[in-house]
Amino acid sequence: MIYFIEQCLNGVQLGMMLFLLAAGLTLIFGIMDLVNLAHGSLYMVGAYFAATFVGWTDNFLLGVALALVATLIVGMAVEVVAMRRLYGRDHLDHVLGTFGLILFFNELVRLLWGPAGMTLPLPAWLNVAVPLLPGLFYPLYRLVIIAVTIAVALFLYVLVMRTRLGMLIRAGASNREMVGALGINIKLLYTLVFGLGAALAGLAGLMQAPILTVQIGMGENILIVAFVVIVIGGIGSIRGAFVASLFVGMVDTIGRAFFPDLLRLILTREAAATAAPALSSMLIYLLMTAVLVLRPEGLFPVSNR
Amino acid sequence: MIAAPNARNLLVPALLAFLLLLPVYTSLSGNTFLLTLFTRILILALAATSLNLILGYGGMVSFGHAAYLGIGGYAIGILASEGVTSGFVQWPIALAVSALAALVIGLLCLRTRGLYFIMITLAFAQMIYYVGAGLARYGGDDGLTIQRRSQFGGWLNLSNKTMFYYLCLALLLATIYLVWRLVNSRFGMVIQGARSNERRMRSIGFPTFRYRLTCFVIAGTLCGLSGALLANHTDFVSPAMMYWTRSGDLIVMVVLGGMASTFGPLIGAVALLVLEEALSGITEYWQIILGPLLLLVVLFARRGIDGLLDVSIFPRLSPAKALEAKVGRG
Amino acid sequence: MEQARSLRLMLAAAGGALALGGFLALPPGTAVAQQKAIKIGFISTFSGPTAVIGNDMRNSFELALDHLGRKMAGLPVEVIYEDDQQKPEVGKQKTDKLIESDKVDFIVGYIWSNVLLASLKSAVDAKTFLITSNAGPSQLAGELCSPYVFSTSWQNDQTPQAMGLYMNQKGVKTVFLIGPNYAAGRDMLAGVASTFKGQVIGQELTKWPDQLDFSAELSKARAAKPDAIFVFYPGAAGVQFLTQYTQAGLKGQIPLYTAFTIDETTLPRQKDLALGVPGAQQWVNDLPNEQNKRFVADYIKKHTGSRPSFYGAQSYDAGHLINSAVVAVKGDTAKKEDMRKAMVNADFKSVRGNFKYGNNHMPIQNFYLQDVVKDQDGNFVLKTVATIVENDQDRFHDKCPMK
Repeated sequence: MIYFIEQCLNGVQLGMMLFLLAAGLTLIFGIMDLVNLAHGSLYMVGAYFAATFVGWTDNFLLGVALALVATLIVGMAVEVVAMRRLYGRDHLDHVLGTFGLILFFNELVRLLWGPAGMTLPLPAWLNVAVPLLPGLFYPLYRLVIIAVTIAVALFLYVLVMRTRLGMLIRAGASNREMVGALGINIKLLYTLVFGLGAALAGLAGLMQAPILTVQIGMGENILIVAFVVIVIGGIGSIRGAFVASLFVGMVDTIGRAFFPDLLRLILTREAAATAAPALSSMLIYLLMTAVLVLRPEGLFPVSNR
Repeated sequence: MIAAPNARNLLVPALLAFLLLLPVYTSLSGNTFLLTLFTRILILALAATSLNLILGYGGMVSFGHAAYLGIGGYAIGILASEGVTSGFVQWPIALAVSALAALVIGLLCLRTRGLYFIMITLAFAQMIYYVGAGLARYGGDDGLTIQRRSQFGGWLNLSNKTMFYYLCLALLLATIYLVWRLVNSRFGMVIQGARSNERRMRSIGFPTFRYRLTCFVIAGTLCGLSGALLANHTDFVSPAMMYWTRSGDLIVMVVLGGMASTFGPLIGAVALLVLEEALSGITEYWQIILGPLLLLVVLFARRGIDGLLDVSIFPRLSPAKALEAKVGRG
Repeated sequence: MEQARSLRLMLAAAGGALALGGFLALPPGTAVAQQKAIKIGFISTFSGPTAVIGNDMRNSFELALDHLGRKMAGLPVEVIYEDDQQKPEVGKQKTDKLIESDKVDFIVGYIWSNVLLASLKSAVDAKTFLITSNAGPSQLAGELCSPYVFSTSWQNDQTPQAMGLYMNQKGVKTVFLIGPNYAAGRDMLAGVASTFKGQVIGQELTKWPDQLDFSAELSKARAAKPDAIFVFYPGAAGVQFLTQYTQAGLKGQIPLYTAFTIDETTLPRQKDLALGVPGAQQWVNDLPNEQNKRFVADYIKKHTGSRPSFYGAQSYDAGHLINSAVVAVKGDTAKKEDMRKAMVNADFKSVRGNFKYGNNHMPIQNFYLQDVVKDQDGNFVLKTVATIVENDQDRFHDKCPMK
């Protein structure tokens, strides 16, 4: 039972990480109609910046804050230099152009930081396990991740629903031309939105860094899952992204945890150990296919132009 | 109809001549690596040509085409590891399985459009990737070594590098010809019409779904053939051949070479892989150039290299062209 | 319109120049007649979190060449290092390139068993000598053995087998096994199970190399209440495992026994987490023979701040093994059969002490118990505590058809 609760918490934590990525992706797609494959690269860049700045300043929080700012700046720079020219074009153009950016970022990171990757060690005060229930020790850091992402989700909600900027974002998602015609500086809006998405991706990357590692290409695996999330949730909907990421995070984690045991009833140990992670990874895609077949607009479709 | 002397009509025959004569050069110079490299290029050009059929002509952006490379390859690998090494058994099975997979995937995916189509083809490719990674008996993530290549009795010896190269070249040219015939037939017209305006095609009375599905299945089968060749070429299959970034590579080849052009995919494959091989010898950071180059191609040279080849060599000699220039094109 | 056209022409010209330059830069065929050199290809991992292992192997191999005066039988030595990125298909590609394009005389390296297995056929088919200085999959010692393949390391099962023997000595009755799900991981866990006399009450194989989060497996282990946990996690995964094992509060509760999880590449990060956790190895840095003392001392001098690991020691030996073959044929590397005969004799001074080869070209050697202690400078070092088994031969040599 304890084990099950632990796995549920792990599932929530993974879901929250996915939300950070998916929120940025869905915002960018919803507002600028841009398919951004390079989102995973921003995730990677955030992690590298964090590892570097924490190493330089020897202060975890300061390093993390600096990394977020740096990723925001990089995101906005990418938007101004490259993304701007892709607006309005075919989605295939977006896919190809941003695919090129993935290659570019991977090599740039390799050039600047070397091929070996980095580590981001946790400060001692975060590296403890807290007793949540009798017998259940859960790492404090993972609880922090969950708390931070919930805070970010609330912040996004307030931003989109209650501020003027959020109103512009929602309006731009519904009718881009009209917003431009009303005299709003659409270019600046887009740059800010892209920067926000980049910062979210960077935050996800740097939070994952102490648990996994910081290495080149780390964004590619999780990017696809993030796309699955936004398709399930409904492209353009942050609420949909939240629900879908929790859903996908839980399915993936519970699947990985319990599927091997299920399979071991039928297969040998090695076969079960090989097949289980593969099959539980498939689950997510099966889920997405089912959603696309039954509800092609996703779970929370954004009422559109 | 004599073709106007433009760059394409010079480059393509030159390229074909080069490909035909390459084994002569390599056997004289002893540079077998070049032969290996170009065999790989030919195999991937075949895959790219099959993708061009649905992507370039049909407008179906499939981000999961590499799955068929894997299906064809694993068919060979699994059969070989179970003791079935006869090519006469393996290859038809590889093609049949690829066709079946394409049929199933097409039935489910072709109802969607745009980004959703991209995502759902990607999803299926990843699922097949994970199936491959989950096959413990056939190596899973570690991959599967193919101890003996497909045997064709006394007819073909695939272990003979030169013979294998010419087989790949022949199959590639046959595929290019097949695609060319398809595209210029009534079938092809419907496909291209459906790409431009599906509603209109349907209102004329064409069951576009059936046409597109057939197109999709043909493309998948041809790619499965490419996978079978690849398995024989590398004596190794692994799930990595199906990962989504490989599908991306194929799309890059098609777009770089020139979508909806006959020799575009071949040119794209040659360009990309030669560049990759050569540049990585000069600097290990060559992808830093390739990435932005891709972006530039998307922004400025949308029709790829083939589009760039639309340059007339002797613009003044052609009276028709001179008149056109005067009157001005739209 | 004109602007677009000229832009396109420029792009075309640039592309053409690039293509031409690229084509001219393609590797040439037979090299222009130059002084013959001994060409060695070295395949290891130089990117990602396990790059530290690859670098250690490279440093050690380079040190071996330095000690040999960078010549073998009077001919200069050329080494080409390639990165397998820890992926079997990349390793195979690089192997093919080294054989076909660079035309190397020897291929050395291979950290990972799955990479080695993927690349094996290429080397054997081309009759190029392959010296594995780490990976030792069971298939290689058995049915896939080849006259062209030699090992300067061990067979995967041997080290955990020694650990199993040690666990018997310590009176451990039940054990829970955890390891990565790839060729070597499976070999390791099978190796322990083969010599351990008690009961294996649980076994978990994790996804490799992606999964670095072992909280699920540690929970399962804790729930099973074994006498001990055995673990195999090379490189950065070993650091992660030890960290999470400590974080989960298991360190005082359930003793941990390891193979290849604590070594000089991971110890700097594991630090006091590794104190009291035993491992088994065929080489520890304080083995008292002359060549080992020289190797370790010169390595520390050349690379201040780091010590060589067993990965490096094995690569160092590989350099000397190759040298013994080249010297035997006086530099005529076409005499493959003679080189093979020379290598079979293992006639060189190994840093682990002298050893012999079995019929499958796997070393027959001692295994020692290593423990982590703090030396007088406060550094964490590995120390030889005891000899677990002497002249151990792998259990697959009967399956190898070679005599």
